[in-house]
Amino acid sequence: MGRKITIEPVTRVEGHGKVTIQLDPQNNVTDSRLHIVEFRGFERFVQGRPYWEAPVLVQRLCGICPVSHHLAAAKALDVIVGVGPDGLTPTGEKMRRLMHYGQTFQSHALHFFHLVSPDLLFGIDSDPATRNVIGVAMKHPDLAVQGVMMRKFGQEIIRATAGKKIHGTGAIPGGINKNLSIEERDEFLKGADPLNIDKMIAWSQGALDFFKDFHSKNSDMLDNFAAFPSNHLSLVRKDGSLDLYHGVLRAVDSEGKKILDDVDYQDYLQYIGEEVKDWSYMKFPYMKSLGKRDGWYTVGPLARLNTCDFIDTPLAQKEFEAYKAYTNGKPSNASMHMHWARLIETLHAAEKMKDLLNDPDLQGDDRVVKGTKTNEGVGLLEAPRGTLFHHYRINDNDQIEMANLIVSTTNNNEPMNRAVNFVAKQQINGQSEVTEGMLNAVEVAIRAYDPCLSCATHALGKMPLELSLVDVDGNVIDQIRK
Amino acid sequence: MSEINITIDGKKIKAKAGQIIVEAARENGVYIPTLCDYEGIKPAGTCRICTVKIGGRNMAACTTPVAEGMMIENDVPELNDFRKAIVEMLFVEGNHMCPVCEKSGNCELQALAYKYTMLAPRFPYLWPQRTVDASFPKILIDRNRCIQCLRCVRGVTTTDGKHIFGLVNRGGKAIISIDPELAKEMTEEMAEKAMELCPVGAILKKEVGYAVPIGMRKYDGKPIGSEYEK
Repeated sequence: MGRKITIEPVTRVEGHGKVTIQLDPQNNVTDSRLHIVEFRGFERFVQGRPYWEAPVLVQRLCGICPVSHHLAAAKALDVIVGVGPDGLTPTGEKMRRLMHYGQTFQSHALHFFHLVSPDLLFGIDSDPATRNVIGVAMKHPDLAVQGVMMRKFGQEIIRATAGKKIHGTGAIPGGINKNLSIEERDEFLKGADPLNIDKMIAWSQGALDFFKDFHSKNSDMLDNFAAFPSNHLSLVRKDGSLDLYHGVLRAVDSEGKKILDDVDYQDYLQYIGEEVKDWSYMKFPYMKSLGKRDGWYTVGPLARLNTCDFIDTPLAQKEFEAYKAYTNGKPSNASMHMHWARLIETLHAAEKMKDLLNDPDLQGDDRVVKGTKTNEGVGLLEAPRGTLFHHYRINDNDQIEMANLIVSTTNNNEPMNRAVNFVAKQQINGQSEVTEGMLNAVEVAIRAYDPCLSCATHALGKMPLELSLVDVDGNVIDQIRK
Repeated sequence: MSEINITIDGKKIKAKAGQIIVEAARENGVYIPTLCDYEGIKPAGTCRICTVKIGGRNMAACTTPVAEGMMIENDVPELNDFRKAIVEMLFVEGNHMCPVCEKSGNCELQALAYKYTMLAPRFPYLWPQRTVDASFPKILIDRNRCIQCLRCVRGVTTTDGKHIFGLVNRGGKAIISIDPELAKEMTEEMAEKAMELCPVGAILKKEVGYAVPIGMRKYDGKPIGSEYEK
């Protein structure tokens, strides 16, 4: 008789999910799935609200990366108020960029230090009692302090640009509601050790060096664990540079061949579709040109490094070149390389923050512009976890009548499921005993994607509620669907 | 104008004859909380948050004129608990989502909730079905947040004195309505005044939300009423 293993909840990720693994009598994996067991419904209850409320309302999807939703919504509304994606004042755009890089910096630091480092420092199959952030703080206090302080720095950048560390109001349609005072700026540039930008750059470099050292000793595991061919999608700047705030859509296949390039994201619906499956609240996006079966793609730090041509900050560019040399200029399809890419981006975000903090445009007073209003707008940016789509349509009374969000983690739905299946088979097939370490390996694969499961489950009324009564042999005796 | 001697919580103050208690108190550095009252608009006494005790009787301080020798209880535990209860009832009776409301930080109801340390409601939420009407050129009304203080009804008029806002229906079905024809005539200044008059986030001027950053809003730095207290 076969059996089912359930990992619930999946730990050290944001949000709630569970994994089910079906085994045959010989302990071979026959099927596995990552289920997202919560849902939000924001696309529905934002309807009827005044459009300018969206950046403040929709960011409540999440407490980890609300800034990403705040800014993506504001970018969509820029289009609606007739400013267009490139029409902001220098102060408006640069304040938003600073907010976004602060957000990326703190989110990446949270993921690496708090969520992932226990697996690397103690081993995937080590004792779970110490394989956690407390264990890290006890055994590697310096690293733990760095994680906390890097996160704090990013959060303070958000507070200075958005008004609050979580759920601020800085970005408004057409611009920003505040600039950065000289006092605020100097606090970040010359703040008491360690809370200043130079220390943040040094620590980012240090975390990257730590990972590279770990990689040199564990390359077999990191290069082959959950490594499978994937398409990769992200925004890139018009000139091909990595750009987390704005750009055009580019997608490459597992070998680096371009599938999409220079696509204006206002037209994303021509290129991206979403499939609904009846066992998850999370939709499955795909590129229409390749169809539902083959059009799935990965987003996030690794996808971004796989799609962009270069990085426009010197230290991160140097690391990018080393990474590209390692992959022979090809895209990396190794899930664990996401940590590498994420740490290169952390360094890039720190460098970007320094550049912006030294830019006098942040002290400008020309913060908001308005143009001729339209009734529809799309806003995209590269959130820490990947490409984030916000799409709104409003009626003649300025109320939102349609909202469509494709959240970073939603884009990664298919690759995460493939990673789960890959690792489940690799670890469990044919083994007489299923250990905690094997199951943590499955979670490690999910964790590489840094999923934020709560904000990815915004669709309402799409997934039927299903109750199945199954006998001991797995036969379905009765089933209720509603 | 003759002076009248009154006492509020033991403090002897001088008021002008005919003055309303709230006004006399504020002129003498004593804050009595209000919601439906607004300077320059005829008082209505609808919300009762200003309830004070005079000679053992509960009276609305926004509608009661001072009288010689009046002994008034104001900042006392019993009345403050009544006030807190009123604030709590106003919250559960509507749909107040402070975290996303653009009036947050400038909202008098929210500021009073902070003043009276409203932590968890002691009354059940009613979750009423309320409507948003955004069909007017310059303003919208979100009835989820309306506390029916009638400030807009009393305070917003056209240049020839016509009331733009009115109360329709009765009891629990009463709602604020807006004359659509008169609303079309509203100027930017009138829309701003209507939004300012509304103590909550029910009347909003369109397309200006969240313009004031967090930290610079009216009640970010100091509690409501502190501008009067000496």
